[in-house]
Amino acid sequence: MAEAQVRLSAIERVFHLGDSEVHALSGLNLSISAGEYVAVMGPSGSGKSTLLNLLGLLDRPDAGSYFLEGRDVSVLSPEEQAEVRSRRIGFVFQSFHLVPRLTAAENVALPMMLAGVSPKERSVRVERALKDYGLEDRAGHRPEELSGGQRQRVAIARATIMEPAMILADEPTGNLDRATGEEVVHLLEGLNSSGVTLIVVTHDPGIGSRARRQLLMEDGHLRHDSGLNG
Amino acid sequence: MRAPDLLRFATHAATGNPLRTSLLVLAVAIGVAAVVVLTALGDGARRYVMNEFSSLGSNLVIVLPGRSQTGGFNPANAITGTPRDLTISDALALQRGSSIRRVSPVAVGTSEISVPGKLREVMVAGTTSQYIEVRHLELAQGSFLPEEDWGRGAAVAVIGAKVREEMFGAGPAVGRLVRVGDRRVRIVGVLAGSGQGLGMNTDELVFVPVALAQAMFNSNTLFRIMVEAKNREEIPAARAQTLEILKLRHEGEEDVTVITQDAVLATFDRLLSALTLGVAGIAAISLAVAGILVMNVMLVSVVQRTSEIGLLKALGATGGAIRLAFLTEAAMLSLVGALIGYVLGQAGAALIRHLYPSFPAYPPDWAVAAGLVTALTTGILFGVLPARRAALLDPVAALAKR
Repeated sequence: MAEAQVRLSAIERVFHLGDSEVHALSGLNLSISAGEYVAVMGPSGSGKSTLLNLLGLLDRPDAGSYFLEGRDVSVLSPEEQAEVRSRRIGFVFQSFHLVPRLTAAENVALPMMLAGVSPKERSVRVERALKDYGLEDRAGHRPEELSGGQRQRVAIARATIMEPAMILADEPTGNLDRATGEEVVHLLEGLNSSGVTLIVVTHDPGIGSRARRQLLMEDGHLRHDSGLNG
Repeated sequence: MRAPDLLRFATHAATGNPLRTSLLVLAVAIGVAAVVVLTALGDGARRYVMNEFSSLGSNLVIVLPGRSQTGGFNPANAITGTPRDLTISDALALQRGSSIRRVSPVAVGTSEISVPGKLREVMVAGTTSQYIEVRHLELAQGSFLPEEDWGRGAAVAVIGAKVREEMFGAGPAVGRLVRVGDRRVRIVGVLAGSGQGLGMNTDELVFVPVALAQAMFNSNTLFRIMVEAKNREEIPAARAQTLEILKLRHEGEEDVTVITQDAVLATFDRLLSALTLGVAGIAAISLAVAGILVMNVMLVSVVQRTSEIGLLKALGATGGAIRLAFLTEAAMLSLVGALIGYVLGQAGAALIRHLYPSFPAYPPDWAVAAGLVTALTTGILFGVLPARRAALLDPVAALAKR
């Protein structure tokens, strides 16, 4: 088997709450290949979100190593990690996390602005992205003027604008009604079928079952990995 | 981030909360305006005093009879008994000094001026034709005292603007015969009103030839001798020559006091410059307070924008970029506040000048520069802590906050 895109080995993540220690993740080993569609499920507090944060380099493991595309990213400096987040990883959040004072177009352009992409190239790419997600006529609107589905589409456009290798979605449909949730999942799956690795954390078994590979988390351990059996 | 993007982002962030931003800008503006207005007042006071003294005439050396032990200007000099009087011959002798351009003796007394139906008490100054140049006075009408032998006193007089107005009203004054004391004199000139005056106000004086004044008051002494040096550099030489000549004439005794305008001016200059510095310091405190306010507001802003900072980190912003964004915002707010404060301060100073036209309330350049620089540096310095805090935020915790 070729080098996996994501390889976690013996990951430990411990939180200290007062005197007690909480093992959010313990002894976690996981490989994910490029282009996979993975759903991470499990009850609240099982470590799903911690796993996602680790994968997104927002958090560091207390022990173990994380190889992303063959490179040990857990030892990189914060600046280098920021660079990896900028180029390789896109985030989609449950509560969208759009900047309220910026328009839809500016929100989509934000990662490119942070990466120092020239304004000319930015506007070309933003225009194309807004068109792809059916948001052309919403470009100048602020998040508060958009519906939930539109907001999440703006967020997805923002997550993909830097053409990342991996999209991490944390309950992407959690704040949406059934129909718009479907729509958003279809969008994400469309991205996956174009080759982007998609990792979705969800409570919703309906959405989880659509993924080709399911991970079940419980008390910081990986209870079940459908990819190992199949 | 590119510089224009950084500026635009900071502007967006600042205008996203207009109340917070305008209060902060106002605080900095008040600080800078305070520096500008207070130093304008302080420096205005200095200039005002300087103007008053230089209206005495520049390059002036004044000889007083009697010796002052302290060497400073002392009103007692004018009334204490003097060992040897200054005379017209002393004044004539001073004209020999190589650094001395003009000499003008002054004898002073109180008398009455009268025209038919009107009588007024006036100060009479006996002097010579050169007095008008020595003191830089201006004539409104006619001519000043004629050039003549100092020992001869022609029966002419030059009156101040206020005397003219009170004695003649709107009617003509030049050419009229008036009575001054027991003499009948013809008015040959009227001085232009000076509007203001420290000490002796020329508006209320009557000038007559020095010999006439001495005859009027039945004395042969002088109140002062005004000596004008050739130029500013020669003031010390003129002073030394004056002393030397008078010492020779007074049998080797140094029984006169010679004061230079420069010495008096320098004292006032130092005094009032210190005052200006003092008020500038007080105003600078208000700027420091504004700086602390900048820090406070930026800290609150970091808390309010926690989730945004988390998001920026998730989108690939480095800690450095976030620090820079917050610093830029603090610097921008301070800059805008400083500029508004500068304009307000200049407007305030202009208003003071408008209300009191004789008071030159111009803020000195150094104070304006120091005010602007202090506002900017405090803004940036006090912006460092909030910016650091923002950059060090844990993205996971920041994103979780809603």
